[in-house]
Amino acid sequence: MDRLVFLLATGLARGLVIALFALSLVIIWRAARIVNFAQAAMAVVAVYVAFAVTSLTGSYWVGLVAALAAGALLGLVVERGLIRLVPSRTPLPGMIVAIGLVMVLQSVMGILFGPRHKPMSAPFDERPFVVGSIPVLSPYDLFVLLVALVVVVALALLFNRTALGLQLRASAVAPEVSRLLGVRVPRMVTLGWMLSSAVAALAALLLVPTELGLNAHSADLLFVHAFTVAVLGGLDSPPGALVGGVTVGVLISLVTGYLGAGIVPLAVLALLTLVLLVRPGGIFAVKEARTA
Amino acid sequence: MTAATSPTRQIILRALVLALLAIAGTFLLDPFRNYQLAVIAACFCATAGLSLLVGLTGQLSLGHAVLMAAGGYGYALVAAPAAEAGLDGVPRFALGLLGALCASGGLGVLLGLAGARLRGPYLAGLTLALVIALPALTAQVSVLGGDQGVSAPFEGVPGPLQQLIAVEQWHAWIAILVATLAVTPLAVLRTSRAGLRMRAVHADETAARLSGVSPARVKVGAFVASSLAAGLGGAVLCVATQSVSPGRYDLAFSLLLVVAAVVGGLGSIGGAAAGAVLVVLLPWLVDTITAAVGVPADLEQRLSGNLAVLVFGALLIVVTVIWPGGLAGAVGSRRQAWSRARARARAQAQERKRPPAPPPATPTPSPTVPHSLTER
Repeated sequence: MDRLVFLLATGLARGLVIALFALSLVIIWRAARIVNFAQAAMAVVAVYVAFAVTSLTGSYWVGLVAALAAGALLGLVVERGLIRLVPSRTPLPGMIVAIGLVMVLQSVMGILFGPRHKPMSAPFDERPFVVGSIPVLSPYDLFVLLVALVVVVALALLFNRTALGLQLRASAVAPEVSRLLGVRVPRMVTLGWMLSSAVAALAALLLVPTELGLNAHSADLLFVHAFTVAVLGGLDSPPGALVGGVTVGVLISLVTGYLGAGIVPLAVLALLTLVLLVRPGGIFAVKEARTA
Repeated sequence: MTAATSPTRQIILRALVLALLAIAGTFLLDPFRNYQLAVIAACFCATAGLSLLVGLTGQLSLGHAVLMAAGGYGYALVAAPAAEAGLDGVPRFALGLLGALCASGGLGVLLGLAGARLRGPYLAGLTLALVIALPALTAQVSVLGGDQGVSAPFEGVPGPLQQLIAVEQWHAWIAILVATLAVTPLAVLRTSRAGLRMRAVHADETAARLSGVSPARVKVGAFVASSLAAGLGGAVLCVATQSVSPGRYDLAFSLLLVVAAVVGGLGSIGGAAAGAVLVVLLPWLVDTITAAVGVPADLEQRLSGNLAVLVFGALLIVVTVIWPGGLAGAVGSRRQAWSRARARARAQAQERKRPPAPPPATPTPSPTVPHSLTER
C-alpha cells in the first residue's frame, strides 16, 4: 500500500511534465496542423541555453526565463526560416524536414558539448516529504505541479477567453476564411510555434534535474511519451493532454515499480498501439473529418 | 498479353544484368570493400522498400530498422537450429531466408494494419515508439538474446570457389543475389497495376475509394511488400556479420534509412540504391577524413558519428526544400531535358530537309506551336 501511494505520487509529478510537453504538441497541432518531430531537440537546445545562463548568473530563475525566451526564439527561427519554405499540401515534407532538423540539432549539440551528461541541480529539495511513514511528493515535485497547473490554466484562458486565442484557433481550422476576415494567419502560425516551443522548453527544463542530466538526447524519451499522451488525449484537446499525461505518468511509474524499468518502453508501445487501433483520433477527439 | 508482360520482362532482364555486373565488380574490390558492398546491398533492400512505401503511398515509417531486425532475427533463429541439425549450404540458407520473410512479413502485416487506419504523423509516431522499444523487447524475450543478440551460422565459401575468392567476396555475392531477389519484385510492383493503385490512394483516398480501390488493402499490401524487402536486407546483414543484435538497429540507423530514401528520391529504385551507398560510405568517409586531417583526440571523439549525422540532417532538409525529387529526380529531369533537346534538334533537321512550303493563303497555326507545347 505504501509503495502504491509512493508510486502514484511520483507518477503524478512525472506525468505532469509529460502532460506539459504533450500540451506543446497540442498547441502546435492546433496552430499549424503538424506534429513537430523536432520538438524534443529544440527544447534541449533551450535547456542548454538555460544551463549556460544559470551557471553564468548563478540564478535558476534567470535560467528559466532564458529557457522560455530561447524556446520562443527557436520556434520563431524554425518556423520563419525553415518550415515556411516547405510545401504544406501533405504532412510528409514537413515531417521529413523536422527529422532532418532533429539530426542537425542533436549532432551540433553532440559536437559542442560531448556525449557526457551534465548534472543539473533543481531549485528545490528533491527529497520527498514523509507523511505517516510514506514518502510522497518532494518540494521539487510540488514546484513542477504548480508550474504545470499555472501553464495549463494560462493556456486555457489564452485559447478560450482572448481574441488572440480565437484568432489562433480560427487560423488553424480555416486559414482561408480567417484571412478573408482580417486575421493575419502567417503571424498566428508563427505565434503558435513560439508558444509551443517555449512550453516544450519549460517541460524539458523541469524534467532534466530528475533524470541523469543534460545531454543532446535528454528529451528523446519525453517526446515519445508525450506523443503517446497527445495521441491518447487527441492532438486537438488540451484537457485530453493533461489527463493523458497524468495517466501515462502513473502507468510508467507503476510499471517501473512493479515490473521493472525495462518493461516501460513496451508498456508505452502497447498503450499507443491499443489507443491508435481502438480510437485513432484519440479518446477525447471531438469529431472526425468527413471523407466522402 | 505480350504488351503486359514486356515491361516486367525488361525489369527482370535489367536486374539480372545489373546483378552480374555487380558480381563481376566484386573482383575489383579488396575484402573490406566487399564487406561494405554487402552492407550496402543489405541497406539497399530496406531503402528500396521504404522509398516505395513513402513515395507511392505516402506512409512515413521511422521503424524500418526494426523490420530489418525482424528479418535478421528470423534468419538467425531458423538457420542456427538448422545448422545444429546438420543442414548445410543452400537448404540451410533458404530456410533462413524463409524465417526472415516470415518474421518481417508478420510484423509488416501488423504495422500495415495499423498504418491503414492511421494518417501521416500517427504512423510515424507509432513506428518511432517501436524503434525505441526494440532493445526492451530483446531484453525481455529470452529467445532474442538481450543486448548480445543471436549469432548466425557462418556461411563459408563453397569448395570449388575456395581457391578463387575470399569469404568477404562470397558474402558480397550472397548479398547481391538476395538484394536482386528483394528489389526486383518491388520494381515490378512499382510499374504494375498495384503501383498505380498505390499512387491513386496517395493522391486522393476518397477518389480512389469511389473508383473501387480499397485504400486499406492497398496500404497494407504496400507495407507488407516493403517489410519483406527490409527483412531480406536484415537477413543479408546477419549473414555478413554472423550475428544480429538490437544495438545495430537503433533510432539513428532507422533515420538513416529515411535519409537514404529521401535523398535518393522517394519512389525511385535507382535513387534508393544511391541513397544506400551514401548512408554506408559517408560516415566511413567522414571518419577517414577527420582521422587524416589530424584533429585533437577530444574533438575527434566528438566529431565521430556526429559529423556524419549533421551532414545527413542537412541533406535531408536541403533535398526536401529545394530538390524534392532527390537524386533520381535531378537525374530524371536532366535526362528529360536532354531527350527533349534531342527531339527538338531532330525536328529542326527535318524542317530544314523539307522543301519550303508555299505561303498559305489563309492564316493557319504556325508550325512552331506543337514544338512550344512539347517544351512544357
